[in-house]
Amino acid sequence: MSTFYFIAFLSVFFSILVITAKNPVHSILYLILTFFTFTIHYILMNAQFLAIVNFIVYMGAILVLFLYTLMLINLNKDSEPLKSNLVKVAAYIGGACFFITIVSALKAFNTSQLVILTNPNLGLVKNLGKILFNEYLLPFEVSSILLLSAMVGAVLLATKETKTA
Amino acid sequence: MDTAQLIFKLILVVAIFAISLLIALYSTYAERKVAAFFQDRLGPNRAGPYGLLQPFADGIKMFLKEEIIPTNASAFLFIAGPSLAILTACIGSAVIPWGQKLTFGNTVIDLQVADINVGILYIFGVVSLGVYGIMIGGWASNNKYSLLGAIRAASQNISYEISMGLAIIALLLVTGTLSLRGIAEQQHGFWANGYFTWNVFKQPLGFLLFIICAFAETNRTPFDLPECETELVGGYHTEYSSMKLGFYLFSEYINMFVSSAVMATLYFGGYNFPFMDMLSKIIDPNWVTIIGVFLFFIKIACFIFFFMWVRWTIPRFRYDQLMDLGWKTLIPLAIANIVITGIVITFLNR
Repeated sequence: MSTFYFIAFLSVFFSILVITAKNPVHSILYLILTFFTFTIHYILMNAQFLAIVNFIVYMGAILVLFLYTLMLINLNKDSEPLKSNLVKVAAYIGGACFFITIVSALKAFNTSQLVILTNPNLGLVKNLGKILFNEYLLPFEVSSILLLSAMVGAVLLATKETKTA
Repeated sequence: MDTAQLIFKLILVVAIFAISLLIALYSTYAERKVAAFFQDRLGPNRAGPYGLLQPFADGIKMFLKEEIIPTNASAFLFIAGPSLAILTACIGSAVIPWGQKLTFGNTVIDLQVADINVGILYIFGVVSLGVYGIMIGGWASNNKYSLLGAIRAASQNISYEISMGLAIIALLLVTGTLSLRGIAEQQHGFWANGYFTWNVFKQPLGFLLFIICAFAETNRTPFDLPECETELVGGYHTEYSSMKLGFYLFSEYINMFVSSAVMATLYFGGYNFPFMDMLSKIIDPNWVTIIGVFLFFIKIACFIFFFMWVRWTIPRFRYDQLMDLGWKTLIPLAIANIVITGIVITFLNR
């Protein structure tokens, strides 16, 4: 349990650093560390497959692309967009609303019943595969079609329109 | 796990670490000798007999050179880059099965540091993490050429990771397990049930795709665009000097060693060799295991030689050629390979 609290503390700590870091590249690097702590959380829950997939997909692919995009942009003090005061005021109000929601949610907080898994080895790749392709076959396939359609849409948007006549 | 096992694992970890460093050290020597051989020269031959002490001389030189951190570089990340590169290079070897189990009476010694059941995905994760060292170092240098090198490294790694993953999926259809120990055990011997047991004969196209992607992931010629000297001075390590540069170069050789070990395990039977069952009837099985480990290292050495052979034979790709090859040739081929493998397996299992 103490391991969990330590890792949870690290997750929160790094995520705060993500939003407070002045340099965008630094905040991406903190985001990588945050995702790494998530991987450890999955391992603590004995979900090895999810842990390693989180590691490969988020840390190894998505954040590399984030970093890649950030490096391409010229990030200087001069090119920093100046926000108008109206936007700042709106941001303060939005943040305050969110804060109140969180506080009230915490006030209404009850300790939920612990969920005890019938099969503690559910997260191992063999069991996960069997469940995904038997019980949850339809949602699994539907979500894959959703991802495919998103990809096709992105390609369609990115291709230049060919000159017509 | 009892204390004796734990101590043995510790010894194994240290031994593997030392061996990978030693192999990386002598790969630099071998690279120069191989280059000399291909170009009809002699290569390094001054330090020690046949120049054998050359890597140590180079190492000492690297350590003793002046350490320079550019004024406008971000100092912490500038040091973190090469550290991360060498770290990710070293942790990959943890899941590789180096040999069969040794048995002395009641104690069984496992020649593998960690047999996790997602071993192959672990390797894949470490490989995908390897690019951060280059990217962070290239960005922190605050130099246009370094940045270009870093960006090239990132896009190249992402592109070739996809076809590497697809090649692995086809292999997993054949093996049915993600554990590297399991995959190695399935390739026992050389010939069983009327066909070769080694996966290279079951997945020839998959192996070809995997080795091409391995070249790209280790940034070896013809895919060494991140450090392309003719265009980018030194690529991502332009600003680096002394041992920090040494770590970058070193991590490339360790990566080469680890990816050779992975290829030997996945496709060339790992520690298995022909007639091992017949041999284990004649002599003590422990000796067979030791011969297996020895042959495994021979296979790795062959792959490392192949890496060098290609480097000094094939010129570097142009950048658009690299992207065309990755996205328009390798990925469709890998997908076709998965489909064909799936169909063949379905028919064979009828």
